Amino acid sequence: MLVEIIRRGLSSVVVLFAMSLFVFAGVYAIGNPVDILISPQADPIEREQAIAALGLDKPLPEQYAGFLRGAMTGDLGKSFVHGTPALALVVERMPATLELAVAAMLIAVTLGIPLGLYAGLRPHGIAGRTIMAGSILGFSLPTFWVGLMLIVVFSVMLGWLPASGRGPVTLLFGVLPVSFLSLAGLAHLILPATNLALFKLALLIRLTRAGTREALTQDYVKYARAKGLKPARIIGVHVLSNIMLPIVTVTGLEFGSVMAFAIVTESVFAWPGMGKLLIDSINLLDRPVIVAYLLVIVAIFIGINLAVDLVYAALDPRVRVAEAA
Amino acid sequence: MTIDAAEASPRPTETPWRHFAAEFRASPPAVFGLLLLAAVVVVALAAPLIAPQNPYNLAQLDVLDAGMPPGSKGAGGMTFWLGTDGQGRDMLSAIFYGLRISLVVGVTATLIALAIGLVAGLTAAYAGGRVDTVLMRLVDIQLSFPAILIALILIAMLGQGTGKVIAALVTVQWAYYARTVRGAALVEKRREYIEAARGLALSPSRIVVHHLLPNCLPPVLVVATVQVAAAIALEATLSFLGLGLPVTEPSLGLLIANGYQYLLSGRYWISFFPGVALVVTIVGINLVGDQLRDIQNPRLRT
Amino acid sequence: MVTDATAANAPLLAVEALATHFAMRAGVVHAIEDVSFTVARGEILGLVGESGSGKSMTGYSIMGLVDPPGRIVRGGVAFDGVEITALPPAQMRELRGNRIAMIFQDPMMTLNPVLTIRTQMVEAIHAHRSVSSDMALEEARAALAKVGIAAPDARLTAYPHQLSGGTRQRVAIAIALLNRPELIIADEPTTALDVTIQGQILHEMQKQVRDAGTALIWITHDLSVVAGLADRVCVMYAGRIVEAGAVGDVLAHPRHPYTQGLIDSVPARAPRGARLRQIPGMPPSALDPPPGCAFRDRCTFADAACDVMPALRTLGDPVRAQSARCHHPLDQGTA
Repeated sequence: MLVEIIRRGLSSVVVLFAMSLFVFAGVYAIGNPVDILISPQADPIEREQAIAALGLDKPLPEQYAGFLRGAMTGDLGKSFVHGTPALALVVERMPATLELAVAAMLIAVTLGIPLGLYAGLRPHGIAGRTIMAGSILGFSLPTFWVGLMLIVVFSVMLGWLPASGRGPVTLLFGVLPVSFLSLAGLAHLILPATNLALFKLALLIRLTRAGTREALTQDYVKYARAKGLKPARIIGVHVLSNIMLPIVTVTGLEFGSVMAFAIVTESVFAWPGMGKLLIDSINLLDRPVIVAYLLVIVAIFIGINLAVDLVYAALDPRVRVAEAA
Repeated sequence: MTIDAAEASPRPTETPWRHFAAEFRASPPAVFGLLLLAAVVVVALAAPLIAPQNPYNLAQLDVLDAGMPPGSKGAGGMTFWLGTDGQGRDMLSAIFYGLRISLVVGVTATLIALAIGLVAGLTAAYAGGRVDTVLMRLVDIQLSFPAILIALILIAMLGQGTGKVIAALVTVQWAYYARTVRGAALVEKRREYIEAARGLALSPSRIVVHHLLPNCLPPVLVVATVQVAAAIALEATLSFLGLGLPVTEPSLGLLIANGYQYLLSGRYWISFFPGVALVVTIVGINLVGDQLRDIQNPRLRT
Repeated sequence: MVTDATAANAPLLAVEALATHFAMRAGVVHAIEDVSFTVARGEILGLVGESGSGKSMTGYSIMGLVDPPGRIVRGGVAFDGVEITALPPAQMRELRGNRIAMIFQDPMMTLNPVLTIRTQMVEAIHAHRSVSSDMALEEARAALAKVGIAAPDARLTAYPHQLSGGTRQRVAIAIALLNRPELIIADEPTTALDVTIQGQILHEMQKQVRDAGTALIWITHDLSVVAGLADRVCVMYAGRIVEAGAVGDVLAHPRHPYTQGLIDSVPARAPRGARLRQIPGMPPSALDPPPGCAFRDRCTFADAACDVMPALRTLGDPVRAQSARCHHPLDQGTA
């Protein structure tokens, strides 16, 4: 088990390294590095000074070393627009995105698994077929457009929910700023979270249904019936415990993708998270912030992949026990 | 005793194409999807001919027509079936033109990505060894990141513009094709006729192009069909975020973005109808693609 | 209602003209047809046949485990006097695993890989009786010890893949015995095991059912297994019973040419160095079978009479009750 952790940890570090190289290449080597790092409004003298200060006149390997050194200490440059450290800006916005992503995942899981289970148990009934048709719509509908329509229906026409922004924030455990603890906060959270959840919901429904259909054909289900077990137990314990493993894995891996896709939802609902920061930065050419965001999200991704690998290894009795043997 | 020529070679009653068509017809959703798709393509191709108005010819626009709801009549006597946008453009016409652009960009990007993926996948499969390992590692790493992220990074680095958007879409997709092609090619490579071809000392390129390639195409084409929908959706998302196609080539995504500011005043149609057009296109492609996949791999039929 | 006077003599299980068909796109598959036999309390019945003969399907049909597109189309199964094919699902569930238990062929497939042995044993108890968890655990432990598993506690916390094939099958036997069933249906329980283990499991099963007076239907393709184990035997071919009788009778003087062929093809019977005997040909497809005896294409005695399906008739001494489905039954020895 320890060997596995170390091995996967090492490969994650390698990927992180490779990504830093990629980002560095993108920002510093492709295109004119001067334009990328120095605000376009600077006049020639300021540019000269900035070039020297940023070390852009030095050879590339030295620049990369400087970049890495800065990255290790958390210095990824200062935002052109705000003048504050880029990394701090990104990290400051992370809780908002996290809250949105977690809420979306929760919705997708609590609705997706039961619906998929039902569709798998009764695939030919009307309800089962409706669920499947709905899931096709779920990942065919472009997320941003659905978000807009949600605003039109629930904010403009019905006036039930606010159209944009995040609700009032309280500190969870005294550190983490969250908004779902208040009713107003929840009201602001529902629409964007639902919007973000749709795609994953459709995915989970299909996954659960396929897993259920397959599990039902297995011999252990027939054997469970031969033992005279109640259908509720057969489904709730035997089938569910077998399909949970791939579902948990996929859900975990998809979480990173949800964090990334929050970019779109945050733009539609003006949710003040990392994603909105990224879009604003791209539009304002605030490159240091873009770089900071990319490195942060890549790190999160790699972290999630590693965590899911470990959780899977811990959960599957076949893997767990084989390694102990 | 002579044998009648017709009797000696019995004509097959069912060619592979007929069989395929029959299987496809068997699924009502797939046929429905095909019809949707056909309608979309026809509209897109014929846009300049059938659109009531050329929405990008400023001379045809009248600002007094701006923001009118669907079904209303304009100052010039034209009926705006789907309403007008903030500049007085007829939504129906804008959607026709927008469909065209969305389809062209999506299909172009898919074709280019397909070509690159084919080359990469075939190379990896045929060359094997280190080349294979390196290529597939690259593919794996890229596929573990969400498409939207990769596209955004590329746009951030390269800047905006149609060519760059297509480049971003291509980069996002090629890995998927490469992996599929490699898988299919590896299976083919093990078959005897490839051994025979090698034994005949045919050049590698000939073997790959004439033998491996045709047999890898079916699964890849299935993937490509569904990927066109994904490409169209991704381009729409990018355009909506203001990072996609330039304003001079307004795809459906941009149309929807234009309508964003009018939502709160209740003029929903500016964003709604382009979205519907987008959904119809994507659903049509997905329905067809689903059925293609089921035909191609009956094991997966549910 | 079965009265006390007849209870002792009435068979525990009476299968009467049972037929199970599968409606497929290509046609109707006649998995089993006109299957009739009885099993008395404490009796061991061997059900012998090759793959596709319908022997497993007979077991499933009795248990009510035939899944669509298959269903029982004719006939009935009477258990302790009650017709069970028409029972509502809840009552059938009460019987399964309780009064009638089933052991399957490959325990690696039939035990749930992600649940512990303990969970799978205790749930079998709790499905039919409300006992405390501790009691259930005790019973499970005792059952494992009874089937000859040493260190049952270690086995209980284990997962199926951690046990050897033989041990898994012993666990399956233990589960079958937990609720003290009156009838056990064992579907090829030793086929998936090593030859050396087969004998042990066979012996174990025999011991358990004799000790408890449980009736047993042992489904197998291996005649030699049946020889040492069963009281009576039914031979199945192409979905029908073609011969039935006491084991000694059927093996010593078989009446159906197929049975004779089966006996001859057992390798142990062939003299050393001699060519192994086979029955030429293959069994017919069960899809929309044509009329007439299913064996005639492979039978040396077939003639025009065999174009009509023979009925299963008792031959010779009615007390010995040996029957065969043949127009030209082999005439060997007495009765």
